[in-house]
Amino acid sequence: MAKIKKTIKTIKVDADRCNGCRGCEIICSAYHAEPRYSSINPAKSRIQILTHRLKDIWLPVFAGEYTPSECMGREKYIIDGKEYDECAFCRATCPSRDLFKDPDSGLPLKCDMCEGEDEPQCVKWCLNDVLTYEEREIEVDEEEEAPLEDMEVGLESMADKYGLDKLQDAVARLSQQKKA
Amino acid sequence: MRYGETGYNLEIDLATGNIERVETDPKLLETHLGGLGTSVKIHWDRVPPEVKPFDPENLLIFSSGLLNATPAFSANRTVISFVSPQSELLAYPMMGGFWSAELKHAGYDKVIFSNKSPDWVYVWIHDDKVELRDATHLVGKGALETQDLIREELEDPRAQVAAIGPAGENRVFVASIEQSRSSSSRLGGGAVMGDKKIKAVAVRGTKDVHIHDGPAFMELMQEITEYINYRNENPIPDVMTILSGIGSPQEMVHTDEKWHTENFSWGNARERRKGFWTDEIDESWSQSQTDAIQRLISCYNCPQHCGALISHENVPRYMMKCFSKLTYAMAAYVDNLDFGFQIAQKASEYGVDAFSFPQILAYGVELKEAGILTDEDFEGCPEDKEGRFYWLMDRVVHREGKVGNLLADGTYWAGKALGPEAESLAHNNIKKHEQLPIKLGMLDPLYFLMYATNEKISITQIEGNWPQAAFPKMEQRERFVEDWPQLPDESWKEWLLEWELRGEKAIPYYPTPQIAAQIVDWMEMLHNIDDALCLCAGMASFCLKPPYHIHNYPRLVTALTGLELDEKSLQKIVNRSRNLHRAFNNLRGMSRKDENPPKDHWKRRFPELEEELLSTYYEFKGWNHDGIPTKERLHELDLDYVADELIKRGLLKDGED
Ligand code: SF4
Ligand code: SF4
Ligand code: SF4
Repeated sequence: MAKIKKTIKTIKVDADRCNGCRGCEIICSAYHAEPRYSSINPAKSRIQILTHRLKDIWLPVFAGEYTPSECMGREKYIIDGKEYDECAFCRATCPSRDLFKDPDSGLPLKCDMCEGEDEPQCVKWCLNDVLTYEEREIEVDEEEEAPLEDMEVGLESMADKYGLDKLQDAVARLSQQKKA
Repeated sequence: MRYGETGYNLEIDLATGNIERVETDPKLLETHLGGLGTSVKIHWDRVPPEVKPFDPENLLIFSSGLLNATPAFSANRTVISFVSPQSELLAYPMMGGFWSAELKHAGYDKVIFSNKSPDWVYVWIHDDKVELRDATHLVGKGALETQDLIREELEDPRAQVAAIGPAGENRVFVASIEQSRSSSSRLGGGAVMGDKKIKAVAVRGTKDVHIHDGPAFMELMQEITEYINYRNENPIPDVMTILSGIGSPQEMVHTDEKWHTENFSWGNARERRKGFWTDEIDESWSQSQTDAIQRLISCYNCPQHCGALISHENVPRYMMKCFSKLTYAMAAYVDNLDFGFQIAQKASEYGVDAFSFPQILAYGVELKEAGILTDEDFEGCPEDKEGRFYWLMDRVVHREGKVGNLLADGTYWAGKALGPEAESLAHNNIKKHEQLPIKLGMLDPLYFLMYATNEKISITQIEGNWPQAAFPKMEQRERFVEDWPQLPDESWKEWLLEWELRGEKAIPYYPTPQIAAQIVDWMEMLHNIDDALCLCAGMASFCLKPPYHIHNYPRLVTALTGLELDEKSLQKIVNRSRNLHRAFNNLRGMSRKDENPPKDHWKRRFPELEEELLSTYYEFKGWNHDGIPTKERLHELDLDYVADELIKRGLLKDGED
């Protein structure tokens, strides 16, 4: 199979340097607002700082893939004597928790690495150098699943929630109304 | 749609449990901006001068400001306002941390508490759902402990909680309200909260806050960010380390405390210990600090590190900021900083003001030494300095026995109760409130005015943009004025260039009363802007060459709200709120007679000059001889209704200006 080049985008997280300011949450939500920068809402941020101040836990976590069902079991980490929450390191938008869901619609949020910008916004606005952006190229087999767009992820999650038939009905109804 | 503000306040009547979401008048943005400004207006409208601090009618307002919950760095203050049990005037201690942005995301600008709850409650604000919940199981719990207990109970680790400890429950006059790494400390907000039987206010919000012109706002923030980075990389030369950077004093980072320990007074603001900072002390105190600090932390959306998570052996973890690491050790005359880190843990849980409280304990020790309080009153008190402080602290926080109950009202009221000798020992107050323990040589005209006249009654919240002292060398002055874009007017640079350490152009006669009036008015105005926007003064009015200043505030507010503003109109708005605040306090009896720094604050005093300073400043402000805004001044600020009230109450005479 033919090989093609693919860019791997990494945000390195030096969690020990995090001062817990949540500036990254603010900027991520502002950047993804419609229109851009028109509103702020950290609850809609694709990065969340999991915080237990007295336990010395400030953990930046990024929103990853949507999953329709939760894992068979859960894990809980203790590192350097600090006990993290269940599933703390997981990036999934999962039915087991509220994390990474739009608070209004309940639709999943996913970090898109601020596609189109030179540098992810959270990296740029974290003045404590907790977040560093790196790119590298690797070679992969040509045939790969195209990543789902935001809207498709949303649709998929709605299909999971309400069933495909209902969703189709609703879309049909909506388009009728729009045309009318 | 409302921009910057949510347009709603929460009104909570604690007596009936009635909770209402009330839309606010959009016009108030134009007349008072927000934060302290709009809160003062509510107090003026609803709290008449007869209302005493512990009357049900005393309102307790938790307010956010215009810039909270926006990308503006360091805009995270919550301003809590109430008639203070200590000063009996309108107090507004502010706290950093994480609370105000969360409130705005829940959909409210302010929470206004009236009346008293019959039973202990805490308030849970979760977007549209607001409830009073039973708090009887939390009574007696520490202020920090309570925050985590409530988060667990609500199963919401993201809830931001402001809580009182036992000191607030027992209405100690200097009880604080604690929240995350911050606290609203001065003048007893915790006591008013305790009087209303509110143990805590928890909030979680998931709604949008809107920006009028987002791209313009972000462009300004880009400029400001570049300046923050520049200032963090280029500390100001020729000034003390603590003044060279931005942010609140970086007390958790710096270990060199020669300046504080030798220039601030020990005990009950009594004695400067020259030569205290030896190599040995340096080593031991630095070690204590390095061992204690687990991590440097900040408030919401701030790149600085003014706070720390403290993990000290023998005591549970807590968070600390600023100067509080020194206040207890210095007040108790303990030459070991470990004591400071240990006792501050208990103090944070008890919830007390880290400036006033140690002085009150030291005052208690003095009362005993003077024989005003007896051995009998101190029965069971350990002999050693550390033990004595812990013993006193427990008594005062719980109002236990004669000693505890007296001192719980602070030095002024305790002195008054005990008679003239005790009163004279309560020597470090302005308007009944304990001041920083600083005792200096020569009267300083700027500081005289700031101490005497500000409504904050706490010097650190007034000073800031003008250097604390003249630079000895011309080249240093030139270097300082070279890049000083924050100044309102280029011509002011002359004043700094001419300002000498000694001679005619030195304190107390220079800056002259005229110049001093302008500089002080300017610094105060900057603080008032921060208080309306709920910006951290550490990134604006409280520090030298800050990122936020008079030339970018109006542009930020315009981009945020759509309200067209320039420097003049912004100035007018905060002057309006500031004069309203003064009139509120005038109605409660405050006037020229109260504008008096402690007698021993400076060794060398100049009564005539001080009178001239005060008169010149009053005139500049548009206040009459008694320090009351004139009818004319009030008219200029569209405050005719205030003039009418002052006339009705006999404080202004009709036709007098
Ligand atoms: S902006 Fe940086 S320091 Fe602040 S919370 Fe995010 S990762 Fe931590
Ligand atoms: S990379 Fe962009 S989308 Fe992802 S968390 Fe950071 S700001 Fe949000
Ligand atoms: S400068 Fe310090 S006190 Fe001010 S907001 Fe930042 S961390 Fe808080």
